[in-house]
Amino acid sequence: MNVDPVQYFTTARLVIVAGKGGVGKTTVAATLANAAARSGLDALVIDLEGSSGLPSKFGLDDLAYDDCVLRARDDDAGHGEIRARRITPDDALVEYLNEHGLKRISKRLASSGALDVVATATPGIKDILVLGKVKQLERSRAADVIVVDAPAAGHAITFLQSARGLVDAVQVGPINSQAADVLELLTDPRRCRVMLVTIGEETPVNELVDTAFALEERIGVHLTPVVVNAALEDLPGLQIDPSAAAKSAGVKLRRGERKAMAEAAEFHQMRRALQLSQTERLAEVLPLPQIHLPFCFDDDIGPDQLDRLADALLDALAEIDPAAVGLVAHESTATDGTQ
Amino acid sequence: MTLDALVTERRIIICAGSGGVGKTTNAAVLAMEAARRGRRSVVVTIDPAKRLADALGLSGIGNEPRRIDGDWPGEMSAVMLDTKGTFDALVETYSESPEQAARILDNRFYRNISGALSGTQEYMAMEKLYALHNDDDFDVVVVDTPPTRHALDFLDAPRRLTHFLDHRLYRVLMMPTRGVMKAVNMAAQTFVRSVSRVVGAEVLDDALAFFGAFSGMEEGFKERANVVLELLEDPATAFVLVAAPRLDTVAEAHFFADRLGDADLAVAALIVNRIHPLFTLDEPDKVARRAEELADTPLGPLARNLADFTAIAANERSHIAGLAAMADEVVMVPYLNSDVHDVDGLNRIGEYLFAGD
Repeated sequence: MNVDPVQYFTTARLVIVAGKGGVGKTTVAATLANAAARSGLDALVIDLEGSSGLPSKFGLDDLAYDDCVLRARDDDAGHGEIRARRITPDDALVEYLNEHGLKRISKRLASSGALDVVATATPGIKDILVLGKVKQLERSRAADVIVVDAPAAGHAITFLQSARGLVDAVQVGPINSQAADVLELLTDPRRCRVMLVTIGEETPVNELVDTAFALEERIGVHLTPVVVNAALEDLPGLQIDPSAAAKSAGVKLRRGERKAMAEAAEFHQMRRALQLSQTERLAEVLPLPQIHLPFCFDDDIGPDQLDRLADALLDALAEIDPAAVGLVAHESTATDGTQ
Repeated sequence: MTLDALVTERRIIICAGSGGVGKTTNAAVLAMEAARRGRRSVVVTIDPAKRLADALGLSGIGNEPRRIDGDWPGEMSAVMLDTKGTFDALVETYSESPEQAARILDNRFYRNISGALSGTQEYMAMEKLYALHNDDDFDVVVVDTPPTRHALDFLDAPRRLTHFLDHRLYRVLMMPTRGVMKAVNMAAQTFVRSVSRVVGAEVLDDALAFFGAFSGMEEGFKERANVVLELLEDPATAFVLVAAPRLDTVAEAHFFADRLGDADLAVAALIVNRIHPLFTLDEPDKVARRAEELADTPLGPLARNLADFTAIAANERSHIAGLAAMADEVVMVPYLNSDVHDVDGLNRIGEYLFAGD
């Protein structure tokens, strides 16, 4: 039995995408949202970095604290809607204070720099304000799938650890209950999972493994299959010598073409072999299924590339053993009623 | 300024750029080259991931410099910054008595801020830079920084600490413990009460106890923060920007150069890592058309692959063209056929950075 995408995407409403800088975390977050939408679900992407390239991937200029539509619902194609928003600690704090009857001081707290001082007094408070807002969106079922583009790897651990730290550090009051609620969300596999992203190179793979163990052991979050981004595809025709191929094709090669083709082919195969050796190593140390997304030669990731990547993600998902992603364990919630 | 001149002359080299572009590796290569030229170098990484250990094939580099053996006339050492350890050591060094140090080290608020908290790490890196710069064992300190947004924190760290110690909120909090029974501004009191409703009174109590214990040390911290800022502006300090030829990291490199410019700091050199090789001098469009012509022949995959790599190589070179204007020296390092994790790997990169020799 294959993984049913709708069932898979709705296992946990919240997916937090994390990975080392430069591995394409934002692209993967956008791809995940797109794949969910192409399966007929509504997706919401949450950007926390403030400078992410997310809007440009959908041909938009920028995001705001409130939802904006990245791609409209397409009923004919059966595609859901993709929305996005940006959550900054300052905005989340102002909203939090307003909701706690402290509207009068909220502006002053944010603008006077006092937030920084309060944040220093209470490590993780900025993170918990942001995660508290994410929790609120999850609770209100803001979308079928909510994808969070998390801070880069090392900081992702600190970010997600803020809840556990604050539950211990602040024993009473609204921050404590906020942190407790967030911790409950993060550790519930039916509500939240973390998707780790890497590329097939040594250092990012090592960091992914460290992050995976830190997140599981220190926070108790549940991980989805890992995503190996920018994987060079297997191109069967590359092993052939260009001269031999030209002869059998009846084509006359131009000056320099044989050498250029041979060198480019050799480069592709060499890099692909390196990537495979790293992803095999990853599979040995981290027993999680892998989803490989293809390397995009295009200059920039736009809507077309996102569609191609979403299809690749859905294809990869179909290859995964449902038991490996915890679907069998939650069989009772499955809609089709079959094993 | 050429990289050769940088590693021969400068006393501080700061490598900055976005995550995943090879900063740590480049920082190690620069420190190694300085050792090759007979200087005594030390490289500091403040990245939370153990990348320097990766780059040097080492693990367990401590907070104190550790010598790296190699076939060079000078010396090379490496430090993995331990934020909490550095902060603890500072408290012990600058406190007036062992009792004062113990009061601070035991304080819960202190334990919170001295860990891997954003901002503290950057500040401690500056303290480490300051300490190593003043250490007679080293001629040059090479500093690796966290990804761009945090690298900006790194520049701001001394100022942020000063601001923090000066903040009115804490001055208001501090009054009772200093025994100054001045009438506290009513608005400020309301403000403090509101803050304590949000974060809880015990957090403020801890903070109060910390500032009470810290009393008398803040001037020393502020003075050193200012010295570190001066150090960054010193002509003996050089900023090396590291980038990858992708649109997003190039945009971040511009952003970072602008920020340095705002602070009157110049980029001494730019290193662009992981450039795709150019397999043909033909125009990418021409190569792409040829790939379409040959698509259904046995040459199809070979031609398509060549066209793909030609397109990406051309795009990368156009992204970098804009970056070249912001530094005198621009060095490009191609994709290497394996990850760098030992001295041999650093040597291979060194061959590209110091090709002039």
